[in-house]
Amino acid sequence: MGMLEGRFDENFFVTTIEQGIAWARESSMWPMTFGLACCAIEMMAVGGPRYDLDRFGAGAFRATPRQADLMVVAGTVNMKMASRVRRLYNQMPDPKFVIAMGACTCGGGPYYKYGYNVVKGVDLVVPVDVYIPGCPPRPEALMEGIMRIQDKVRGMRYLTKGQAIDLPIPARTGYIQLPPELDDADPVKALEKQIAWAKMNKEKATPTKA
Amino acid sequence: MTATEIIATLDAECGSKIKDKKTDAIDPFIVVEPANLVAVCTTLRDHPKLRFESLNCISGVDYLEPDPKKVAKAGFEPHVEVVYHLCSISLRHRFVVKVLLPRWKDDKPGELPEVPSLVEIWPAADWHEREVFDLTGVMFGGHPGLYRILLADDWVGHPLRKDYEFPLEYHGIRGR
Ligand code: SF4
Repeated sequence: MGMLEGRFDENFFVTTIEQGIAWARESSMWPMTFGLACCAIEMMAVGGPRYDLDRFGAGAFRATPRQADLMVVAGTVNMKMASRVRRLYNQMPDPKFVIAMGACTCGGGPYYKYGYNVVKGVDLVVPVDVYIPGCPPRPEALMEGIMRIQDKVRGMRYLTKGQAIDLPIPARTGYIQLPPELDDADPVKALEKQIAWAKMNKEKATPTKA
Repeated sequence: MTATEIIATLDAECGSKIKDKKTDAIDPFIVVEPANLVAVCTTLRDHPKLRFESLNCISGVDYLEPDPKKVAKAGFEPHVEVVYHLCSISLRHRFVVKVLLPRWKDDKPGELPEVPSLVEIWPAADWHEREVFDLTGVMFGGHPGLYRILLADDWVGHPLRKDYEFPLEYHGIRGR
């Protein structure tokens, strides 16, 4: 229990059952193996050792919807597939979450105009919790999406029925931590530094005339 | 064998059945009437100097200029072509056969034009013909199971036709 370590006396800590349940749930988000097109390659990359989804407890890809909490719709959903997507979603046990990964599932993507057989966004078929844009999104983006789902789970109140549900507060902002030479306490100065650095890099990259 | 020799051999065998030929194209081809297709293809497969034992691909092409302003410049009459790419593995040559069809049978919109199926000659034709039927809308007479291969069974229309209208909705899912 890394997050509780050192905060309490030996062998003793206090929590609520609700927090305990949420903690257990967010730390074992089992996704369903559900790659439909090119985006699935990025999803597999996230599952692989380089990005290692297991660090977030979400690496156990299940081959059946009945054991899964999370459906990562990775790829183009076509009209013929839509009814199957719906059916798989219905077979998942509650609480269930859906990530729409890639431009195709967010809203049709490259097939928006001339794709006669592509569903223009998987949210027309199943309710979506997190949208990840990109064609395909970077593996980091998918991990960010899974962390957003975890934030959502943490914000859920299972036992206090009828009480107002707190909005999930993102525990991770998704912002990049900059190296000290580009960072500054004053955001304007920091931005100037970054722009200067980007300019310098651009000049470096332009080929010198022979 | 070069394309000219292939066409000469075919001419000697069944010259009356070849409607048109073009040897200076990148892929030299002959044009055949649908009624003669099976006879010509049987010759292509069985003739000892041709021996086309492999059917690579069947394509359906819709020739139609949907923009009325550009019709005059299009350079073709509206029609549908079915293109057969053949190759011989033992003799290492390749050839193309084309069939020209009207866009609709008897010019009645909705009535699909018909060509005889080649499944009996090359079993590989089975799924290719289903795909051409599915997307371009060409009937293959004598095909053992001509139903859609890519789209759902209850799909309406043939999407690769140039005048295809995208569906507004399909089983409650917005289509455009
Ligand atoms: S969003 Fe791009 S990469 Fe992802 S499935 Fe669609 S086309 Fe492929």
